[in-house]
Amino acid sequence: MSRWLKRIYASVIFLFLYAPIIVLIIFSFNAGKYSGNWEGFSLKWYQALLTDRSIMKALYYTVLIAVLSSLISTVIGTLAALGIHHMKPLRKNIMLNVNNIPVLNPDIVTGVALMTLFGFFKMQFGVSTLLIAHITFNIPYVILSVLPKLKQLPADALEAAMDLGATPWYAFRKVIFPEILPGIITGALIAFTLSVDDFVISFFTTGGGVTNLSIAIFAMARRGIKPVINALSTLMFGTVLGLLLIINARSGDVTELDV
Amino acid sequence: MKKFAALSLVFVMIMTLLAGCAGGEEKLVLNVYNWGDYIDESILDDFETETGIRVNYEMFATNEDMYVKLKQGGTKYDVAFPSDYMIEKMMKEDMLQEIDMSKVPNYSLIMDEFKGLDFDPDEKYSVPYMWGTVGIIYNKSMVTEPVDSWDILWDEKYKDNILMMDSQRDTLMVALKKLGYSMNTRSTEELEEAKQLLIDQKPVVLAYVGDNVVDMMLSEEAAMAVVWSGQAIQIMSEQEGFEYAYPKEGTNLWFDSVVIPKTSENVEVAHMFIDFLNREDIAFRNADYIGYSSPNIGAVDQLSEELKAMSAAYPEMDKLENAEIFLDPGAFIEEYNRIWTELKAE
Repeated sequence: MSRWLKRIYASVIFLFLYAPIIVLIIFSFNAGKYSGNWEGFSLKWYQALLTDRSIMKALYYTVLIAVLSSLISTVIGTLAALGIHHMKPLRKNIMLNVNNIPVLNPDIVTGVALMTLFGFFKMQFGVSTLLIAHITFNIPYVILSVLPKLKQLPADALEAAMDLGATPWYAFRKVIFPEILPGIITGALIAFTLSVDDFVISFFTTGGGVTNLSIAIFAMARRGIKPVINALSTLMFGTVLGLLLIINARSGDVTELDV
Repeated sequence: MKKFAALSLVFVMIMTLLAGCAGGEEKLVLNVYNWGDYIDESILDDFETETGIRVNYEMFATNEDMYVKLKQGGTKYDVAFPSDYMIEKMMKEDMLQEIDMSKVPNYSLIMDEFKGLDFDPDEKYSVPYMWGTVGIIYNKSMVTEPVDSWDILWDEKYKDNILMMDSQRDTLMVALKKLGYSMNTRSTEELEEAKQLLIDQKPVVLAYVGDNVVDMMLSEEAAMAVVWSGQAIQIMSEQEGFEYAYPKEGTNLWFDSVVIPKTSENVEVAHMFIDFLNREDIAFRNADYIGYSSPNIGAVDQLSEELKAMSAAYPEMDKLENAEIFLDPGAFIEEYNRIWTELKAE
């Protein structure tokens, strides 16, 4: 009995989570223009997507910025986490709090602050300002996901490796890095997702014809969201699902090897 | 060490790539800032092939968004598309460049009634792009009586069948017009009266809605709704059985116009682009794609009879004699904000 209750509970939760996405996917194949009116199956919105100049461009910038900003912020964030981990308690506490402020800060404050800063330096708004902004708000999240992994390490792992003749760099590569790798990957994934998601900060820090998807979709609000967006969201959902499956399959292999 | 070196090499390469992108654009570039989905994008391609000038096209969602970005000046936009009251505000703040109409010969195609509008009486700073009204769209099978007044939105008969607009000035406009006041009022008493009227109306209203009004009307969730004419045209061309009414007390006449911001560094090209937008064939393609009402006679002449006959799109002008255009209330906007917040909180 209680097993059935559990199952029903879980399926209701999943229904709540995924029903909107399922509706969205179904209506991306709608021949009609408005949701609520099913007018037969059609792939025309997928076709329209490929020829839509502003959406394809926004997609390009979204992916470009997400890949670059997550890579760069992962490198910077990991190095910062290593540094913070080896600090004395007082300084470590200060640094951690400084790191937490941007996480808790409302996006709009970060956005306007960055806009003012870039304006002060008379920078041309565009890919570079957008990229810097995204790296900036990504770094704290990377630090926060790498630090716990460092804490889990035995305190003397590095010294043990060096006692056995490893150079510091070799010890880092062969001992520390593999242990904290899951944290780094998590950090990079969070950074990537945040970058794809972000609207507020991007809006204030972009310019010169560079628009990401959130801005492009939001700008359609007055005229109504085009079904092309449903098609695009379906494709993105499919891509992410595929990626997750691949990652899961791979990490499964790794644990088997480890055992 | 090798890995680190490789990584930094990649980093440097990316940076030079980005720097290359920024520096290598010797070609003339036109920065255009428009509403989302508010142009037939093949027109941009045509402009590029005909002139060899690259168009940087960016989009915004509200006048206020656009204002912030222009004011801040990170990008030197050459052409923007604000609405009526925002044009007035930008003119007051000296953000707009005068348009030299001799460089826009196609300006002659703009119909006379759309020249020298309240917000730009000397025809110096703006060229009308699209226009429209606010009115009541109703489902003919649910509302059989004639609709010609805002009063019907207060009728008990249609309890929970009325949709209002979730838009500050448009919704206050409905109440102000019903009371016989100007929608640009600067009197706190009149605004308070309008607020009370809208609070009294709340029991019969189903909801205050945004752009989902189109979906809700099409799926017959309500009998009538206050909408922009553009939304009415969308609904009416999608499904039979709807009618759009202009209340006799008057309504809001709105305009989105093309302007050249002061920051523009390509004023000549901006003029070319504005003229291009008003060339007969281009203006027609644009009006046909967007589906809103065009002020360009060359475009209107070519539109389908069906669209031209649609009163929502091209009303007889005498129906609009009590209509007004939104003006910039200046600092008095605080009062509008307060009244609106109190109304929504009630």
